[in-house]
Amino acid sequence: MDSGRRRFLKIAGISALGLGIKPVVDALEANGQPEELRSPKALVGQRWAMVVDLRKACPDNCTECIDACHRVHNVPDFGNPKDEVKWIWNQPFGDAFPGQEHEYLEESLRDRPTIVLCNHCDNPPCVRVCPTKATYKREDDGIVMMDYHRCIGCRFCMAACPFGARSLNWRDPRPFIKELNREFPTRTKGVVEKCTFCEERLANGLIPACVEACKEKVLVFGDLKDPRSEVRELLGSHYTIRRRPELGTLPQVYYIV
Amino acid sequence: MLEKALTGSRRYWGLIAFLSAIMLVGFIFYLRQLSYGLGITGMSRDVSWGLYIAQFTFLVGVAASAVMVVLPYYLHNYKAFGRIMILGEFLAVASVTMCLTFVIIDLGQPARAFNLLLYPTPTSILFWDMIVLNGYLLLNIVIGWTTLAAERNSVAPPAWVKPLIYISIPWAVSIHTVTAFIYAGLPGRSFWLTAIMAPRFLASAFASGPALLILFCLIIRRFTRFDPGREQIQALAKIVTYALIASIFFVLVEMFTVFYSKVPEDIHHFQYLFLGLEGKTSLVPWMWGFAILAVAALALLIHPSMRSNENVLAIACAAVFVSFWIEKGLGLVVTGFIPSPLGAVFEYSPTAPEVLITLGIWAMGFLILTVLYKVAISVKEEKTE
Amino acid sequence: MYNAGKILFGLIIFFCISTFPFWYNAVSGKAAVAPELKLITKEKQCIESTPYMRSNHMELLVLWRDSVVREGNRVYVNSAGKQYTMSLQNTCMSCHSNKSEFCDRCHTYLAVEPDCWNCHIEPKEKT
Repeated sequence: MDSGRRRFLKIAGISALGLGIKPVVDALEANGQPEELRSPKALVGQRWAMVVDLRKACPDNCTECIDACHRVHNVPDFGNPKDEVKWIWNQPFGDAFPGQEHEYLEESLRDRPTIVLCNHCDNPPCVRVCPTKATYKREDDGIVMMDYHRCIGCRFCMAACPFGARSLNWRDPRPFIKELNREFPTRTKGVVEKCTFCEERLANGLIPACVEACKEKVLVFGDLKDPRSEVRELLGSHYTIRRRPELGTLPQVYYIV
Repeated sequence: MLEKALTGSRRYWGLIAFLSAIMLVGFIFYLRQLSYGLGITGMSRDVSWGLYIAQFTFLVGVAASAVMVVLPYYLHNYKAFGRIMILGEFLAVASVTMCLTFVIIDLGQPARAFNLLLYPTPTSILFWDMIVLNGYLLLNIVIGWTTLAAERNSVAPPAWVKPLIYISIPWAVSIHTVTAFIYAGLPGRSFWLTAIMAPRFLASAFASGPALLILFCLIIRRFTRFDPGREQIQALAKIVTYALIASIFFVLVEMFTVFYSKVPEDIHHFQYLFLGLEGKTSLVPWMWGFAILAVAALALLIHPSMRSNENVLAIACAAVFVSFWIEKGLGLVVTGFIPSPLGAVFEYSPTAPEVLITLGIWAMGFLILTVLYKVAISVKEEKTE
Repeated sequence: MYNAGKILFGLIIFFCISTFPFWYNAVSGKAAVAPELKLITKEKQCIESTPYMRSNHMELLVLWRDSVVREGNRVYVNSAGKQYTMSLQNTCMSCHSNKSEFCDRCHTYLAVEPDCWNCHIEPKEKT
């Protein structure tokens, strides 16, 4: 029926107009547009990386870097290797660099506790496999980041990481945190966590906690794209190795041997 | 047709009750897992996937075996399989449901599972696995139900079912190819980083799935008035035999590559499985069990005179099913993590809650299967009366 | 109609049961009292205006969450141009440190259970 269709179209048109009024009024009403910005104090880098100087001996039983990291980030201590959560820790040299150890390796290197952590790879397999992009690579500075809100705890990233850098919270971590840092959240059970190169400290102009805590200056942090950074100087003047380079993940933690 | 599942013998209801009880126990322990966390299982920082994902991996293969009935019928006109098609499709439905359930209960934060849909990530194989598994489930439910209803009403199935059936054939191959890709694409896990992972999955699927189907056919013949047919069972048995030969061959070629090249990273996993590593041997008896059962099954199946003896066939099929359950359901997943990327040999063994939850889900699968098979068999019995 | 009496009776019972939440509290005198929020803040103005915060604080928090975590921004400039650090724990809760007398009052009344507190540390309250 023609009159029926015309009438319908008229009513539809007027309704659409009516529905369109509110957004226009709202837009006109807004007196200012909220924005979100980087903090002006933030350290800026295009490709963050770390250099670990294995020529320097770590003092006996020194765990300053580990303690600093785990304290600042409320990393729980479950007290058993099954549920263990760790972001940075020590391994014997031969474990950190499988295949590099041999019978006649120099003694100092054989016994040397080697600091290992997430390598913030440039080609990270963990990012490739995450089904929700809860872990992702930040394009502007290279950090492989964790979004603890989004992680569904599938542990595909843990399977994918060739370096064993990631930990799931197999239980509620709260009761196992010795000293809560009230300025940083904890995580909850069922969520995977790992080192994030202290991105929250970088955003406030501070270097990573582990680097700051090391009194022997074993750990050096900086921007690889800045030709005058300390990491570039070290890489340019020393031979460095990386963990499992043949896998092509392009790790960004370099070890001076 | 579902009303056919609401009437049955005492044995039928006894089975339903038994399976429901096991499901209930599993569910109660799952609630405990939700409140305590995944730490209630035997999984650890080093072995971060365990029994749940292993069951999912094995059952994906069982699900794909429906294609072994559909393919000969639709692509090669092997009409005999028309008699048991629905049994294969309903087995697929039950298996895929179990797969999806195992994945969900393995999640650390299942309440966030919706994130898989909110933030689709095509680079992640898990995303594709979700798609192919759910698609295959839907396909089999629709195809099975529609063709069964058509059979009941003595009409040809509607024309739109045909393209769905043709799609289900490559789709079945896709479900375990994608599942194999979950493992085969990880650079850091040398045990899994092999191109033969997907072919191995296919071969063991086509051995273990039809083997289970044969066992179900024999059970159905014994306990109901529907006889799936001797010719059908023998055809399935030939499929199981060839798939078993392929599977054993694939395992042997894997072992050649590893033990001849002597790359330490690769050797260590196989050493752990069959000989133990650093004194840790918890999987060794299981793996030798797998080997013995698989070879024994082959010995029983390879000669037609033994294969055609249905008692011998039943034993052989049970052996095939159990041996591949050991290989895929225990050996494959856990061994990828042992040794760890840092060389640690940290063993895994499932805890009691974990086993009970797993049994609960198996019971759920069998319950679904019982209900669906009751419907299918009742329709077939009705037709032959 | 057949069985008119039984049907009408059944309908009345159904109607009573299904509207139970609406009339029970009014009749029994146990109506929950509207929540009374206690503000002990030093500032007079929150991040945005009070009516906006009342109806939109959840959206603002989600915006902050994604902006901080996924985009690396830490500074929020509100519609009046004032700057704040985007942090539930350190900004919001520094003013609203009496969570049980403020946040929880409305949340409990409405049976809302935000799961932020599984991870974000609640402020220490003087009990």
